[in-house]
This record gives sequence, C-alpha cells and structure tokens, in this order.
Amino acid sequence: MRSPRLAAARRALLRTLPVFAGYLGLGFGFGVILRTRGYPVWLAPVMACTMYAGSMQYVAVDLLSGGVSLLTAAVTTLMVNARHLFYGVSMIGQYKGAGWRKPYLMFALTDETYSLLCGDQTAGPARHDYYFFVSLFDQCYWILGCTLGAAVGGVLPFPTKGIDFVLTALFVTIVVDQWRANRNHLPVLIGAAAAALSLLIFGSDNMLIPAMLLIAVVLTLLRKKEVPADG
Amino acid sequence: MVNTHTFLLIAVIAAVTYLLRSLPFLVFPGGRTPAFVDYLGKVLPYAIMGMLVVYCLKDTAVLSWPYGIPELLACIVVVLLHVWRKNTLLSIGVGTACYMVLVQLVFKT
Repeated sequence: MRSPRLAAARRALLRTLPVFAGYLGLGFGFGVILRTRGYPVWLAPVMACTMYAGSMQYVAVDLLSGGVSLLTAAVTTLMVNARHLFYGVSMIGQYKGAGWRKPYLMFALTDETYSLLCGDQTAGPARHDYYFFVSLFDQCYWILGCTLGAAVGGVLPFPTKGIDFVLTALFVTIVVDQWRANRNHLPVLIGAAAAALSLLIFGSDNMLIPAMLLIAVVLTLLRKKEVPADG
Repeated sequence: MVNTHTFLLIAVIAAVTYLLRSLPFLVFPGGRTPAFVDYLGKVLPYAIMGMLVVYCLKDTAVLSWPYGIPELLACIVVVLLHVWRKNTLLSIGVGTACYMVLVQLVFKT
C-alpha cells in the first residue's frame, strides 16, 4: 500500500517541475503586488490557500484595494473563472471513484493542473493518488511563490512605481496566447469594446458589472444569429 | 488595510471559485453539457480576457500628460516579446521593467 503511493508521488514531482517554475514566477508577481499595495505578508498564503487561482488572485488584489461590493466580487469571479466549469466537465470521468481525494481534486483544478492531467492515461488504483499529488504539489509551488513575493515585495531595493503593470502584462500575454490559438477573434474584441464602453459611461470604479452584462448579452445575441431557426 | 470586508471578499471569491470548479461534477455527472454552455465555453474566456486588459488600463490618463504613452509602449513590448519568445514570465518581467523605467525616469509626472 505504501510503495505505490510513494511511486505516484515521485512521478507527480517530476511531472510538475515545469509548473514549479511557472507558479513560482507568477505567484511571486502576485505577492509583490499584494505587498506593494500595503497588505501584510501573511495575506498572500491565506489567498493562495483559499482561492488558489492565478489570474483571479491578481484581479482580487485590485478588488480588495478598491473595496468593491461583495456582489461585484462574486460576479467578477464568476466571469473570470467560468472556464473552470469546462475543465471540470472534461475531468468527470477521470476523477470518478477518487473517494476522499475528490473534494480536493475539484478544488485544485487550475489551468496548469488541468493541462497536466487532462487526458492522462494512468491506469490502476494508484492513478487517483497520482492526480492528488500533482494537484497538491502544484498548489504548494503556488503558495511558495506567492509568499516569497510578498516577503520580498516589502524590501525591494528600488522604487516600485509602475510595478502594477505586472497585472496588465499578464493579461496581455494571455490574450496573445489566445489570439494565436483561436481563429475567431470576435470574442476578445467584444470583451475589450464592452469594457471600454462601460469605462466611458460608468467610470473606472463601476465599470466591471455593466461590462460583464454587456458581454453576456452580446455573446448570447451572436449565438442566435449563428444558429438559424429551423422548425 | 485588512478589515472584515477584506475577509468577506476573500471568502466570496474563494467560494465562487470552488463552486465553479465543483459544479460540473454535481450537475453534469454524465459528462454531457447543454449546447449553450458549450458555446459559452468557446467564447466567454476570450471576451473576459479582452475586458481584463481594458480593466487593468482603466486609470490611464489619456487626455493629459503623458497621454497613456508609457502604457502603450509597454504593451507593445509585451506583445512583440511574447509573439517572438512565447515565454510568459519573460514577457511579463521585461514588459513591467520597461513600464517602470518609463514612468519613473522618462515620462516623469
């Protein structure tokens, strides 16, 4: 019983090494931003443990320091993390029968963990141990990166003005990745246009919810146009 | 800085995130999703990222000095570097460093 579990852990450790580098870097950036906005170091591991979401944690720093309403926070999380619904859908079969591990497997299903585990062909009863360790190690890297960033963020030896651009840069790289992976550029343009319009009308403090409503409406209308009504 | 509202916000964001990650396992145990949900999965993530870029730039002053030039230049650096090297951490690191140099040394306000 002990040895297969250990083997699963060792395999998970090797498989997650690329995520180690990525999460350490991205988590570090999050920690630095959180600290330079005046939050204490311990809030970084608290957020990394409870939310455990890459881009959403970046957005969350902004929501926290803006002191937005709980409704705005809920709707924003719903939209930013909506893609996780689809990760879950494709992992239903693989996670079936995972027992006590399942609540954690569902919780820890981030972009990177999903990309490592989706379509994994591991067979046998040890596969859920393997999934569990991959999920656990990835989150450990994330917590480590976030905490280190927050620790270092308070003692940076240079002026930090402009360091918030990390946030913008992260989303620009995601848009570039998406732009190259997908031929249909209309959705990203709709998102940007809706946000710009909402910013002009409602101002920078209240733009999020109107922008997301507008996106939902336009995307829904577009689908009706795509699918012709046939009796 | 940290108050009750901070913890409430963190709790709400964490709860909604967990809800989204676990919902499919409860609602679609057969692994089949309605067509409209499939459609949203194909378009929503892209639209939201487009929105977030604009959201990040929401406090940029475009009508007064420096007219958003540092943001524009730094974004161009991130896009070009990312198209060229496809390395997320490199693009973010260099882009942010460029922006910091621009606002601290070049376009002083």
